[in-house]
Amino acid sequence: MKITLKIQRFNPDSDEAPHYQEYEVEIDGNARLLDALMQIKRFQDGSLGFRKSCAHGVCGSDAMRINGKDALACKTLIKDIVGGSGETITVEPLRYLPVQRDLIVDQADFFTKYRAVKPYLINDEPVAEKERIQSQEERLAFDDTTNCILCASCYSACPVLSENPAFLGPAAISQAFRFLADSRDRGAAERMPVLNEHDGVWPCQNHFECTRACPRSILITKRINQTKKMIEQGK
Amino acid sequence: MIHQFDTIIIGSGGSGLYAALEASQRSKTAVLSKLYPIRSHTGAAQGGISAALGNVEEDRAEWHAFDTVKGGDYLVDQKAAEILAEEAIQAVYDLENRGLPFNRTPEGRIDQRRFGGHTKNFGEAPVRRACYAADRTGHMILQTLYQQCIKNKVAFYDEFQVIDLVKEGNICRGVVAIELATGEIHIFGAKAVLFATGGFGRMFKITSNAYANTGDGPAVCARRGIPLQDMEFFQFHPTGIKGLGILISEAVRGEGGILRNKEGDRFMENYSPTLLDLAPRDIVARSLVTEVRAGRGIRGDGRIDDYVHLDATGIGKETLLAKLPDITGFCQTYLGIDPADTPIPVLPTAHYAMGGIPTDINGQVVADGNGTVVQGLYAVGECACVSVHGANRLGTNSLLDLVVFGRRAGRHIGGYVKDVDAPRLSDADADPAREWLKKLTEGPSEHHGGHITDEMQTLMMEKVGIYRNEQEMEEAESQVQELRQRYRQVRVQDNSSCFNTDLLEIIELGNLLDLSLITAVSARNRKESRGAHSREDYPERDDDAWLKHTLAYLEEDTVRIDYKPVDISLWQPKPRTY
Repeated sequence: MKITLKIQRFNPDSDEAPHYQEYEVEIDGNARLLDALMQIKRFQDGSLGFRKSCAHGVCGSDAMRINGKDALACKTLIKDIVGGSGETITVEPLRYLPVQRDLIVDQADFFTKYRAVKPYLINDEPVAEKERIQSQEERLAFDDTTNCILCASCYSACPVLSENPAFLGPAAISQAFRFLADSRDRGAAERMPVLNEHDGVWPCQNHFECTRACPRSILITKRINQTKKMIEQGK
Repeated sequence: MIHQFDTIIIGSGGSGLYAALEASQRSKTAVLSKLYPIRSHTGAAQGGISAALGNVEEDRAEWHAFDTVKGGDYLVDQKAAEILAEEAIQAVYDLENRGLPFNRTPEGRIDQRRFGGHTKNFGEAPVRRACYAADRTGHMILQTLYQQCIKNKVAFYDEFQVIDLVKEGNICRGVVAIELATGEIHIFGAKAVLFATGGFGRMFKITSNAYANTGDGPAVCARRGIPLQDMEFFQFHPTGIKGLGILISEAVRGEGGILRNKEGDRFMENYSPTLLDLAPRDIVARSLVTEVRAGRGIRGDGRIDDYVHLDATGIGKETLLAKLPDITGFCQTYLGIDPADTPIPVLPTAHYAMGGIPTDINGQVVADGNGTVVQGLYAVGECACVSVHGANRLGTNSLLDLVVFGRRAGRHIGGYVKDVDAPRLSDADADPAREWLKKLTEGPSEHHGGHITDEMQTLMMEKVGIYRNEQEMEEAESQVQELRQRYRQVRVQDNSSCFNTDLLEIIELGNLLDLSLITAVSARNRKESRGAHSREDYPERDDDAWLKHTLAYLEEDTVRIDYKPVDISLWQPKPRTY
């Protein structure tokens, strides 16, 4: 089918402000949005800037806003976002992160917040056996959060961040939960202060937009609420 | 800008990060990566990492080493395979201790499952050796290592593309890189440089590889006189999603999935009576193509893009969701099917380079057939060739290769840098790189890179693919040469300095074209069939003439071939049957 991609462009070398540019693409409905972007880049306009790598939803490079929803371009099929030929798809960079070029955003803030929760196993006890023993049930308690690919879709989808840019954000909290809920971890005391800060977990108002946006099906809002409970119970 | 480090690591996948963790404890280390670290393709590895833990049934490192050697059709260096299998056990425990959430047995130990070519007692029957975290084992390894790098404050230069290697005679002095965000050229002086840039499956049309897998490390090294080893051996994974090439893990067959032709027959019974669907990948991929060519593909037209079914309906919804959730998701997203109810349409997808930058067991790059080491230059992971994979890699051994040899190289570097002086680099060391960039950015463009990419991928897929013959490879060689000529006329359309991904893609295309040429020439040169290299005109393995590693030197527009011996000190080559 023939579709139009209306893409937000911005080149700091030459543009005062972002603007939109339209491209017509002939593409199969089963193709990914990323395929359409690649077609433009390789055969129409080499200057279009976006990140990509794995092309099947596991590396987290190509998160962007697609018709106003945050998603991965490689996990979004054309037929799922347009009804038929002649329609237009609007593509914009993620929100709340400075645009560096076209669809490329500066993820520094996102990763700074991620690092702030100490996202690594903390346990200095000597390992008694070859591996630490963990039951299947204990592992299941945080299983879905280990899916996170740090694509920042949830971050861009969160309405709270539009009013409070200092909010830690859904990805960082769910990754804090990933370790807090891991039976092998002993780092709760180290992580709690940053989570319990004014801009830690508390600004979350249960909009569930992060959960809806997550391309890895993580129950982010639920994990945030569980984290709040852990703080309240002084885990 | 000129930077000075003890150690520079290029690439932030599993091997680069593991090496960085080790090297950074012992030297001033920086990691340069063209992607953000957690975007690396290690994260796409699905099924598992093998180690003879014996958690669910008896297993031995010796069996693992033997399977690796036999799986590689005896082109594996056997002492290296022994190290791989023995150090696997501690490597897996280390990953677990660092937080990797492996699936567990009912007793709470690391669970293990079956994978192709991994057997008990030297080929008797499949063994449960693959440790796994659902079907995202690579993702969890990458995450765990990145988390450890954060904990240990490893220095990263994200989105830096390395474009040249600075070496003087046989001593490595540093690298030249372009910063994507600004277009600025950076010179990194270093006592030790380690390439961990991953694979180059993007030279083929249908591939499981990421866009980023363009072989930047091997290409940069090749242009600086380093030979590339065994480049004719490229693995086609038998089960990629039809048309897309997205990987469907061998773990699906490990959990009981079955390949079927259009009659519904389990055709692997005819090709591998003992291991059936869990035969090594080269054998399964050839069997699949043979079925398709004989008109037993699902469409039955015998065309190259016909396919077969991977039937996972017997596994059960519950197991699929618990142990293969990502695969289930891929099928739902890209095919609109649930593998619990509907067979998955699959065909082989270009997956893994067994060949690469030749190294010894400490990751040190070896420059010739006599074992001459390039001082301070290292390579690990898919871009390297130790060789533990020989002519065909076993599933799960790639993740293992990353952690075992990433660790060894990182430690070796720690010792090496103590005894050498820091090289002094000047701005002029970047002149060759600047000259190259100038050619890509100045003057009018006659050709666009996109068409050349397409043509390269199609011809490599069709003529240097699963089955090969003299005539097609000769055509491939001359057509790649033509594409390389046309490439010289390519210019960027984007002239800005900020995130010039147009320039990046053209640099990557240049790398892939050089590697395509080396692959085609190496393949045409080897007149036998071994592992993944299957020649219709030379269908038999020929140990008398060809039990040797290929070394291919890129010399401007020609490729010079040399050889080096294979270490067969543990097991004598035997016919390879399963």
